[in-house]
Amino acid sequence: MTDCQELIKELADKYGRERSSLLPILQGIAEKENFISDSCMTDIAKELDLSAAQVYGTATFYSFLDTEPRGKYVIRVCKTITCDMHGKKTIIQTLEDMLKIKIGETTPNKKFTLLETNCLGWCHEGPAMLINEKPFSGLTPEKVHDIISEYINK
Amino acid sequence: MSEQTLKRVDLIFGEYSNIKYKVLADTLKRSNDEILKDLLDSGLRGRGGAGFPTAMKWKFTAESPCDERFVICNADEGEPGTFKDREILLRVPRKVFSGMAICGKVIGAKRGFMYLRGEYRFMIPDLMKELEIYHEHAQKLGHDFKIEIRLGSGAYICGEESALFESMEGGRGEPRNKPPYPTTSGFMKKPTVINNVETFVNVMMIMRLGPEQYKKLGTTDSRGSKVFSVSGDTPIPGIYELELGMPLDRFVDEFGDGDTKAVQVGGASGFCVPRKKFKETVIGFEGVPTGGSMMIFNSSRSMYNVLHNYLEFFEEESCGQCTPCRVGCQQLRKGIVAVKKGEKKANYLDQLMKLSESMKITAKCGLGQSVANSFSSIVNNFKEEMIY
Repeated sequence: MTDCQELIKELADKYGRERSSLLPILQGIAEKENFISDSCMTDIAKELDLSAAQVYGTATFYSFLDTEPRGKYVIRVCKTITCDMHGKKTIIQTLEDMLKIKIGETTPNKKFTLLETNCLGWCHEGPAMLINEKPFSGLTPEKVHDIISEYINK
Repeated sequence: MSEQTLKRVDLIFGEYSNIKYKVLADTLKRSNDEILKDLLDSGLRGRGGAGFPTAMKWKFTAESPCDERFVICNADEGEPGTFKDREILLRVPRKVFSGMAICGKVIGAKRGFMYLRGEYRFMIPDLMKELEIYHEHAQKLGHDFKIEIRLGSGAYICGEESALFESMEGGRGEPRNKPPYPTTSGFMKKPTVINNVETFVNVMMIMRLGPEQYKKLGTTDSRGSKVFSVSGDTPIPGIYELELGMPLDRFVDEFGDGDTKAVQVGGASGFCVPRKKFKETVIGFEGVPTGGSMMIFNSSRSMYNVLHNYLEFFEEESCGQCTPCRVGCQQLRKGIVAVKKGEKKANYLDQLMKLSESMKITAKCGLGQSVANSFSSIVNNFKEEMIY
């Protein structure tokens, strides 16, 4: 059994093997493996007795269920209007400079992926970003510098 | 302070009762008819934005013949400029769970779910702690109603109720045709009450205060208070609980930075109100309705950029199922870019307006239908900014 198959079994034991268990299982895999591979989707289909196309259809619908390899820390910067108005651009510039990658890319050591995302619900404290599930708001280039430095050393 | 100051309310975020789940315990002793009558008398309308009378929704669901019914709390808050549900769930989750449990009693459901947006995953540990306390008390009270949390994964469309059911059932978050409505066929095709986070808190507060006291707040068409998410060009961004039915000019006096050009009421899917219409615009179901999002723009902002940002949002968040929305959102965005660049003549905007009007009547769900709201209100009121 591969690592992914074991994880799928563990998640299916926890959430059940119904169709309605699919989303929690996919979320569990995305959390542990950082992304959901094609072979993993086929394995989930077998475990839940679904077609691989059904699993693929669901997995590819959701922007937080990544189907391509991501870094250990996925940074999602909010690009919706109020964050945009309050300096999202300089935040992204700071992140790109520090991590030496562009939006949509992953660092060579597979530690960070930089993405943009739609409204995170921190409009009153924009600009904002998520690192995995953790929100950071009221960002300034200095603040981003401190946060990322800490993650680099993790 | 001048008499112009808007009345602040402390209903939603007010303190808990001294005894945990006291309102729930008291309400469980009452008959379903009494509870529904109080809800009806209170005039409560859904706080997610659409404003359907809550008592009717519950009554229809309770009356739908079926062996199983569900209660769902829609916490998939994703409208740009809205962050009130997060604040409610961080500060007073007990009130939300109480409201859900009351609904469970009234409609005869044994299971309830909270569908929380993926962006709020960080809140799960705290919510689980409160759920543990809830389940302890529910058991003591002999109330057979369990609540589970389900997580979204970054799809705005899942805030649409039928897309949310699809998502919970393990599918793509694609809205269903209506009818049938959730009151007869919702989650797992069973009768389902789905309400916004804030609606459940209001239910709980109506049970605590009684409909008469609750009704003292707001106007005839918009009873009670509302939690507003204020952001943009304002010196005091944040969460404010205010009476419904206030005129927009008073809101701007209080929250604007003195140079307010426009207010987007109800998020990207809502309406953009220009300065000249502040006085005549009322915030509430009788005027411009809102799920709580109030974004303020001052004169330094380009309304073209604002509209472009919205359209990009809709283009990405459209589920792609129906053509009017999938293609329409793309064409609207490309269209305003072409006009701005001079590749299309200014009168091309009229054609785009017609397209947005077609989307309003042909799109399958609220997402595609409401793009015309912000599109036409921005293009009509700020035409010169779209062209030059």
